[in-house]
Amino acid sequence: MSYNAARPNLLAAPAVLWLVAFMIVPCALILLFAFFERGVFGGIDYNLNLDNFRRVADPLYAGIFLRSARIALTAAGLAILIAYPAAYAITRALPTRQPILLFFAVLPFWSNYLIRTYAWIVLLNREGLVNNLLRGLGYHGEPLSMLYTEGAVITGLVYNYLPFVILAIYSTLSKLNPELIEASRDLGAGPVRTFLRVTLPLSLSGVAAGGVFVFILSIGNFVTPALLGGGRFQMVGNLVYDQFLSANDWPFGAALGMVLITLMIVLLMLQAHMTARASGETRGASADA
Amino acid sequence: MRNSRIPGRLVLTAVFGFLYLPVAVLVLLSFNESGLPTTWTGFSTKWYGALLGNGKILGAAGNTLVVAVAATIVSTILGTLLALGMEARARKSGTLEAIAFAPMVIPDIVLAVALLSFFSKLNVTLGLHTIIISHVIFDLAFVCSVVRARLKNFDYSVVEASRDLGASGWTTFWRITFPSIMPAVIAGALLAFTLSVDEFIISFFTAGAGRGSTTLPMQIYSMIRFGITPEVNALATLIMGVSATALLLSQWLNREQLP
Repeated sequence: MSYNAARPNLLAAPAVLWLVAFMIVPCALILLFAFFERGVFGGIDYNLNLDNFRRVADPLYAGIFLRSARIALTAAGLAILIAYPAAYAITRALPTRQPILLFFAVLPFWSNYLIRTYAWIVLLNREGLVNNLLRGLGYHGEPLSMLYTEGAVITGLVYNYLPFVILAIYSTLSKLNPELIEASRDLGAGPVRTFLRVTLPLSLSGVAAGGVFVFILSIGNFVTPALLGGGRFQMVGNLVYDQFLSANDWPFGAALGMVLITLMIVLLMLQAHMTARASGETRGASADA
Repeated sequence: MRNSRIPGRLVLTAVFGFLYLPVAVLVLLSFNESGLPTTWTGFSTKWYGALLGNGKILGAAGNTLVVAVAATIVSTILGTLLALGMEARARKSGTLEAIAFAPMVIPDIVLAVALLSFFSKLNVTLGLHTIIISHVIFDLAFVCSVVRARLKNFDYSVVEASRDLGASGWTTFWRITFPSIMPAVIAGALLAFTLSVDEFIISFFTAGAGRGSTTLPMQIYSMIRFGITPEVNALATLIMGVSATALLLSQWLNREQLP
């Protein structure tokens, strides 16, 4: 590898400098803000204390945290329930078709988040497509109010993040050693038992990666609750948004942001731990087989 | 064996239906003369015409293009160099891995408020330039991961052969390494471009109060906040068309790798 004894660090330097200057320093800055307090006129009083973190624990805000967590957890759970069979079906398709199916499953994920959310406004509102369809099918009651409900928010979150979960689960399922499944079948286990005892446990790291991703992005989301929840469903993301853009309490907003980041780091570490354990199991299992 | 494929097909049909139908409805409605989801009054392109007459939307489209092109150029260069640097290391550096990975997982709302605080502390006037700086952060991380995936399959012995035959490091890079990673570099650039065109939250916080730096997603957000406007359907169709084209192209260029 004499080629890039051409100083690897020098090659990485510009990007690393950029990320340090515009990602790490700003994040450190708001970490610092979180320990100060809001000034009388909305500025920052450099008065070191932990009040903001105490406020996060205040029942009002803790309630919002818990509710966002519940919504995010529901979204993650539903996304996994839909994505798993889809990912599994892709691994069972012809090998030449798999990349194409996967590409089209992931494609929506890279397209505009706002537009994908807006599509649900069109479908769910009182004059929307779903209500029209119901009327066409002979339903004559009051149009259903599906928009601006918790269900609409959860639907929007699942819809937007589903592609990533499919990708995450597919990538563990496709690496699964088929000999393990054959071995299980040869030893007399039926398809259901083989799935529950072999396939599912070995694909849990992908499930965890997908779930953590949906959970983190959902709990910090402010667009979906604003658009599909009609502003009636505050999530942590909306709370942060308000502190910075309307309440003008940056230190408190920063403290909320820090709680989000801490949650994210803890979940990612848990997930890394699970992945490491799962790959250990696969190795052990392969050796046994 | 045939029969065992049927449940899989049903699942895939249902899931792809769920993923694509809502979007297909938008595309269809964009050609509806009445503009309403309730009644189809005939095929028309008048909503596309209305877009062309809307100065705000055209201005926002111009801003989006400036931001996306600038952020793509900078992030492609930085991201590719970062990938080369990371793959050339004898040992993986945990810190470097974490720094390069962070922009892809950090909640965008956190990065957005951090950047807003940072720029305002430094008294930097917000505008298109601050959006560009911010977009480069996550763009470069994605470019880097696409290029690294390609470098993993790169045969370094070719580079050694080139050096043994007397080519300089510079010549070797441009004649050997770069041509071989170029599809991934372009694929990464297209991905960065799409991400920039579609990014909303970070732009929203780093654009400042002035109307002058509104991007398309910001414009769309203000239009859909309070209900449905038929012009949005047309705009949404155009934007999705651009994204899908860029991504198909990116995938085709980098077709040895899975997405």
